[in-house]
Amino acid sequence: MDNNKILEVKNLRTHFYTDDGIVKAVDGVSFDLKKGETLGIVGETGSGKSVTALSILNLIPQPTGKIIEGEILFEGVDMTKLKRRELQKYRGNKISMIFQDPMTSLNPVYTIGNQLMESIVIHRRMSKKNAKEEAVKLLQLVGIPEPKKRLTSYPHEFSGGMRQRVMIAMALANDPSILIADEPTTALDVTIQAQILELMDELKNKTNSSIIIITHDLGVVAKYASRVMVMYGGRPVEFSNINNIFYEPLHPYTIGLMNSITRLDEKKKEKLKPIEGTPPSLIDLPKGCVFASRCNYKIDKCTSKYPPLKEIKGNHYVACYRAKEFMEGSLSRKG
Amino acid sequence: MYPENREPEAKEEATPELAESKYSRSSLYKDAWRRLRKNKLAMLGFAIIILLILIAIFAPLIAPYNPTERIKADSSLGPSAKHLFGTDILGRDIFTRVIFGSRISIQVGIVAVGISLTIGLFFGALAGYFGNIPDTIIMRLADIFFAFPYILGAIAIMTILGPGLINIFIAIGILGWAYFARLFRGSILSIKNKEYIEAARALGASNFRIITKHIFPNAFAPMIVYGTMNVGTAIIVEAALSFLGLGVQPPTPAWGEMLSESLKYINTAPWMMFFPGFAIVITVLGFVLFGDGLRDAFDPRMK
Repeated sequence: MDNNKILEVKNLRTHFYTDDGIVKAVDGVSFDLKKGETLGIVGETGSGKSVTALSILNLIPQPTGKIIEGEILFEGVDMTKLKRRELQKYRGNKISMIFQDPMTSLNPVYTIGNQLMESIVIHRRMSKKNAKEEAVKLLQLVGIPEPKKRLTSYPHEFSGGMRQRVMIAMALANDPSILIADEPTTALDVTIQAQILELMDELKNKTNSSIIIITHDLGVVAKYASRVMVMYGGRPVEFSNINNIFYEPLHPYTIGLMNSITRLDEKKKEKLKPIEGTPPSLIDLPKGCVFASRCNYKIDKCTSKYPPLKEIKGNHYVACYRAKEFMEGSLSRKG
Repeated sequence: MYPENREPEAKEEATPELAESKYSRSSLYKDAWRRLRKNKLAMLGFAIIILLILIAIFAPLIAPYNPTERIKADSSLGPSAKHLFGTDILGRDIFTRVIFGSRISIQVGIVAVGISLTIGLFFGALAGYFGNIPDTIIMRLADIFFAFPYILGAIAIMTILGPGLINIFIAIGILGWAYFARLFRGSILSIKNKEYIEAARALGASNFRIITKHIFPNAFAPMIVYGTMNVGTAIIVEAALSFLGLGVQPPTPAWGEMLSESLKYINTAPWMMFFPGFAIVITVLGFVLFGDGLRDAFDPRMK
């Protein structure tokens, strides 16, 4: 195994058993995360990006959800095989998570200090006094003014941005190697979004941890991630570094995404092109490519067999039969 | 751990909201208490409850007579300066007996609800948190209890166990658990799926920690409300059981038993019935008013 890889996910499949049938939320996801890098996972609602993240710490809702296959190797340990108690030692310690909605992710009956100290005390033996000092340092680290006074505040006395800072402080309490941010800025307004992302980036550089940022905001990915995995229908469709994804997308879905956002770097004034149609239900996925029904480049093969994720060129993985044609230019991206 | 070169500079959030909050430390329970104190009816209920508890504790000091002492010459007297609430057929002072009767009612109210609450919390927590098979078993068991009318069930249990104060605790306590369990299960279910529980799990908190530290304090508020209101119900059931002769046995003074004894003299000596009856009404009213106020106080939308 490459020593630089801190996390490796191999063929992860997480399904939910509901009354309506089996929801294949994640169906064959593989990726790796390098030390100190920021990996972006992009996809629309229901593409399986959050479930992928939750699977890493096995936080998927029990008993409906289950990881049915795959390996999640963190420092050589397969997280899927760990018992609950062993897994708890990793959660919030070596791998921590930041959630989408800071307004509801803090317990309303405890003070900020209390909750910060909890995140410290769970994993480290420490006196209350030391934990308190640590909590003050953490609040200072995430840029909360007057950290000592704010320790005794309750969550409802904080604004959304401040709460997300507290969530980040809690996540960083034990110096994690990996920080998973599940749409960390979706619930915040734009100016605060930028601040929070800057903060995360700054802290990542300070502590040399790795970040997995899950979002549907391509702008966020463009600015902070070094590599991007694009997901659709529970599978990765394209996985490469940021430049390839933005400038040379090889999967029709990624191409569609790029055509549907405003680009300041292109002079031509064109109408934005949305991707027609809606994503398929994850309960009965089509036999072939999940994107085929919305794809303008569909060929016969697409509807019969799912195209595997293949390395088309150096470190550029695409799950499409026609990726080569896009690369060689025989197929126009404007189609 | 981290370099601390970050100045705690004033961020965009340092708005008036922040400055203001410095002076108003509050939490769910403190907030509730503040709202409760503004509610006059609830405070009236609270005053009645406190007064009643004081009367129960200091009964021997307040009561002018011995509750079982019979004064032959004073049999069946109406209210007067000598006997404030009059006397009963055996010549016992009704004022004294009403005061001592509060002891039974308060005890039954608190102990029986305590038993219901404990059993209900335990099973409600199991059912709500673990779901699935424990949930099905516990909730179907609760359904069986719901099938019995409260009083009828109490009568049945008392008939089996025989009369006596301890048995009243058991009967009322056991009958009430299902209500508490169902309520607690419901509030746990709603809190279990809150993001902060998921966040706690992501922090590596154990099941035990999540239940005791995060779910419990949030789910407990409705239990306090229901528990308080239920004290009133328990007191009425005790009175009913004593009235039927299944509860506290004479000569121990209990309000229900006093009602039962005075039934025959309702036309000739109405005071015998009026005062214990009035005591029951006031007591139950106190708990209901207070419980009602608590419910409003715990509802943040009432702010």
